[in-house]
Order: sequence, then C-alpha cells, then structure tokens
Amino acid sequence: MASLTLRDVAKAYGSTRVIESIDLDITDGEFVVFVGPSGCGKSTLLRMIAGLEEISGGDVSIGDTVVNEVAPAKRGVAMVFQTYALYPHMTVYNNMAFGLKQAKMPKDQIDKRVREAADILDIGPLLDRTPRALSGGQRQRVAIGRAIVREPEVFLFDEPLSNLDAALRVQTRLEIARLHERLGSTMIYVTHDQVEAMTLADKIVVLRGGDIEQVGSPMELYERPQNTFVAQFIGSPKMNFFNHSDLAQTAPPELRQVDEDTIIGIRSEHLSLCSAGEETLSATYELVEQLGEHALVHCTTSGGTEFIAKLDVPPQSGRDVPLYLRVSPDQVHLFNRETGLRK
Amino acid sequence: MAIVAQETKFARIFWPVLAWIVALIFFFPIFWLVLTSFKTDADAVKPEYLIMFQPTLENYLNMTENYDYWRFALNSVITSVFATVFTLFVGVPCAYAMAFNPSRHTKDVLMWMLSTKMLPAAAVLYPMTFLTKNFLGIFDTHFLIILVLSLINLPIVIWMLFTYFKEIPKEIIEAGKMDGVSTWGEIRDILLPLAWGGVASTALLCFIFCWNEAYWTVRLTTTEAATLSKLIEGNRAPEGLFFGRLSAVSTAAVGPIIVLGWFCQKQLVQGLTFGAVK
Ligand SMILES: Nc1ncnc2c1ncn2[C@@H]1O[C@H](COP(=O)(O)OP(=O)(O)OP(=O)(O)O)[C@@H](O)[C@H]1O
Ligand SMILES: [Mg+2]
Repeated sequence: MASLTLRDVAKAYGSTRVIESIDLDITDGEFVVFVGPSGCGKSTLLRMIAGLEEISGGDVSIGDTVVNEVAPAKRGVAMVFQTYALYPHMTVYNNMAFGLKQAKMPKDQIDKRVREAADILDIGPLLDRTPRALSGGQRQRVAIGRAIVREPEVFLFDEPLSNLDAALRVQTRLEIARLHERLGSTMIYVTHDQVEAMTLADKIVVLRGGDIEQVGSPMELYERPQNTFVAQFIGSPKMNFFNHSDLAQTAPPELRQVDEDTIIGIRSEHLSLCSAGEETLSATYELVEQLGEHALVHCTTSGGTEFIAKLDVPPQSGRDVPLYLRVSPDQVHLFNRETGLRK
Repeated sequence: MAIVAQETKFARIFWPVLAWIVALIFFFPIFWLVLTSFKTDADAVKPEYLIMFQPTLENYLNMTENYDYWRFALNSVITSVFATVFTLFVGVPCAYAMAFNPSRHTKDVLMWMLSTKMLPAAAVLYPMTFLTKNFLGIFDTHFLIILVLSLINLPIVIWMLFTYFKEIPKEIIEAGKMDGVSTWGEIRDILLPLAWGGVASTALLCFIFCWNEAYWTVRLTTTEAATLSKLIEGNRAPEGLFFGRLSAVSTAAVGPIIVLGWFCQKQLVQGLTFGAVK
C-alpha cells in the first residue's frame, strides 16, 4: 500500500508540451480517476507514473521514494492496458506467472498466487487456454489478473473497459469497484467516460490540455464545479448555460440581479415545470426524447438559447405553447463569462 | 448476375493459364540448364539435340573427380550459415531497438542503410581487393567472405525484421517491461516467439542471398574460401565454353538452394511480401 505524489510533473515531446506542471496527492488506498477529453494527456500521465514514459520535469513519488529513475517493475505498480496486451503465445497461467518468474519467485508460491487471482476473477477453468481462445471480457479479466498476482501497491488502468460492449462494461465496472474494496490498494483509472468516473472514483481529476482543471470527489465536482469546463464535462446531459436575458421577469430576485458578464448554469435535472407566474424561464420545445422514467425535452428560450430539461412527465401542451420552468436558486451555478471561473 | 458469372468463368480460366505461361517462361532456363547438364559438351551446342539426345552422367562424374565439388559446396554452406547467423545476431537487436525505441533519427538511419545498397559494388572493387590482400591479409579466407556476406545483407535483413517487429503491438513489449523482464529476456521470451515466422523467412532469404552471391565471392577468393559461385565461374573462364560441364556444375550449385526454397515456399512468400500478406 502506498500513497503517490506528483510534484510539478511535466512532459514534453520535443518542443510540444503535453503535460504542464501537475501537482497531485493521492492517499493510500484511494481510487482516483483521471478524466478528460481525448488528447488531454491522461494516458501520458498514467504512463509516466508507470515508468513507461520519461518524465520531462518534476518528481513522481510512490510512498516516500522519488521514482523518476526507477524501472517500471521496481515501482510496485501494475498496469492494465486498454488493449489488454496479453502475451499471445503464452497460456493464461503463464501470462499471469510471467512477472513473478522474472522476479525469481519459487514455483509453488507463483502457483498459489496465480490460482488465488484466478479464483477472485473467476477464470480458473481458463488457465490452460491461450488468449486467442478467450472472449473480450475474459481477456480483460486475465489482464487484471496479471496485475493482481504482482500484489502491487498501485494499480494503473488505462481505459480498461473501452473495448467491451455496454452490458459487459457495467458488469466489469462493478467488479473493479469490488476488487478495490477487497484489495484496498491505491488505484488510478483513466477514462473519458464521466459515468465511469462518477461511479468508481473516490477522487476525480479532470484534465484538459495537459492541465488539471479540478480535483475533488464526484459530488464535489457535480455540486461545485470550479469552471465552465468541469461544469459541462461532469453530469449528463451536460449543464445548460443561460444569459441574463433568458430569465423571466418572475425569476427569483437573486438571479435577476446577475449582470451580463455572468453565465448562469442550470443542470437539466434541476428544471421542473411550473405554472405561469412562478417561472424562472419560459421556452418552447422542439423535441422530446422519452427515456421511460423521465424525458429529455429540447427547448429554446425566447432569446434563442437552446437547452435540455429532464422532466418526469413530458409536456402535454403543443409546441407553440410556452413551457414554464423553474429552478431553486441554490441549484444555480454562476460563472464569470470571461475567465470561465465559478463566482 | 449472368454477367458476373461469365466474368468469373473467364477469370477462372484466364488467370491460371496466364500464371502457367509466366511460370513456364521463368522455369525454362532452369529446365534447359538441367537438360544440358546431361549432354556431352559436343551435343550441348547442337540445336537438333535440344530435346532428343543420348543422356550421359559424364559431366557429373567429372565434376566430383576433377573439381572437388564437395569442397566448394562445404565452403558455400559454411559461409552462408555463419553469415546468416551473424547477420541475425546483429540485425535482431538492431531492428528491435528501432521498432520499439525509435529516436528522431530512426527513419534516416533506415534510409541510410538502404542507400548503402545503391553504391555500385564495382566502385569499391579495387580498394576491397587491395586492402584485404595487401593490408589486412584476409584475402581468400572464410572470415572475409562471412564478413562481406553479412555486411551486404545486413540492411535488407534489418529492414525486413523492422517491418515484422513493427506489427507487434507496442503494449505487449511494455507489458513485459512492467513485468520486469530484461532487454534480452524481452527479445528471447516475447519478441522472437511472436515474430518467429518473420524471423524465419528473413533468415531463409538471407541464406539464399548468401548462397547466390557471386560478385564478391568470385573476386575475393582463389581456392581456400572459394564457394560454388567460384566453381561455376572457374568452369566458364579457362577452357572456353563447355556447356555440358558448366550446366552440370551450375545445376549442382543451385540445386540445394532450389530444394530448400521448395520446402520453405510458404515462409518465403511471406518473407518476400514483407508481411503484407497474412
Ligand atoms: N510520441 C508522441 N509524440 C508527440 N506527441 C505525442 C506523443 N504521444 C502522445 N502525444 C500527444 O500527447 C497528447 C496527450 O496524449 P494522451 O495519449 O496522453 O491523450 P489521452 O488523454 O490519453 O487521450 P485518449 O483519451 O484519446 O486516449 C496528445 O495531444 C498526443 O497527440
Ligand atoms: Mg489514452
């Protein structure tokens, strides 16, 4: 078990700076998720922690040791690759045992560990097969098994679920959560799927363009996003942004007094239908996506701002009839239009 | 539908026929060579005896009696085997480094290596002969021939291996790094088992190139390290053109390699297409 510290960590390929001076503290046993759009440097950061990518600046420490110059296998980390990266010419057993053999562990001990891991992951019957003869989900388990047997202090996952179909993704996600519970190791998990991030993480690190936008627990990020990027990145559908001019005359006074330079952020699920005279916003709708338990209603305000409201019951009135929507003022997020920062 | 059927019928007849014609054109010189090797020198030049003639083993018997065929053959085997082994021994780590730890200059190095094949061999004939004979004193030694064959083939071998290694996902090598395997272990336990087919066809091709090499083996040897190429050459020059005898020597020289190629056809095709066809 170990904590992990990044101090001023940077990465550049030639003159292209990919990661800019990142500071991050991860405590022992924490489940941390790196999330962000494609190309923001999630994998690069993870690979620097793994030791597969040279560190251009700053220090990576695991426990109390700076590991910048330590070989990957000596860092006490194990990695699960997006493509699984199993050894195609070895059986499942040997895939898992390979690292332990390199460490010159006695045979009986290797055997014990491999069988234990196989038990945890339910792949006991597959030990003699080669990866070619496994399904995607089974390969994924073997890849995780290969990490488990090494009993690392830190697990690193790079988008481990992206090659699985939707149903299997949900199931494997749960299994990873359970695994964390059981082993109690520090885990760092990369994804660009914010649902995975929300469900798995103790702590989410939102990255953009090689920089950290915000670090916090899933609920912190959901309830108090520090800027417009995080506000729209976390939560689905993404947060609606309004202008001062979109508000109705009847909007609560604390909202009426915001100025033109403020972005008003309201999540779809916080909007609800109300009767005329109580509304915060009025709008017409074009499209209703009925999802069963609720409906996503695509609306436009009279000022032309498009937004989505998540309603329990879709509006019964016609499309030209205005919809009256309200929100409680404490569920409104205000951002500075110029800097994008939370007010 | 009818048109499609017609087309496939036409294609089904046309392409095999064309393939056979081309194959026969390519095969004819070898057929003619083998045929001539069973004729007397006198018969060999007479057109009327092209197909119908009195076959004789005289040429082959002469060959082993007069020219010590086996010594030349042994030299060919020794130089080709050692050159192939040495080339792979250098080429595998080199291609590995370039495929998985490329630097900014890797592409340039690859091009540069290929460019050495563009230098006309004749241009360095004099310095090579002079240096090895008068300066280094390694003229006509196995060592020299092995060295020369290795250096000639190294660029193409590295190119081929590089292409094969490139097809192996980088993550598998990285997984090895995470598992703590040493560089040699990575080559031995991960790279070679995965690229085995490619390495084998590269080795085979390299061996064939070594065996067939004539320009340098003829010019840098006299007797000690002389290979089968030299034997053919020797039968041509001093006593004029004795077609029957020359054909027998040639047949005996290319025979082993053709048999080898025949048995390893599949590997070879894979090798020659540089892994493009799987
Ligand atoms: N070898 C390289 N040379 C130059 N730039 C690179 C190299 N590898 C990655 N990059 C750049 O670094 C940036 C971050 O890449 P990275 O793979 O970390 O993104 P990511 O966040 O994992 O994206 P994704 O979600 O698509 O996997 C990208 O803009 C990429 O183009
Ligand atoms: Mg990535």
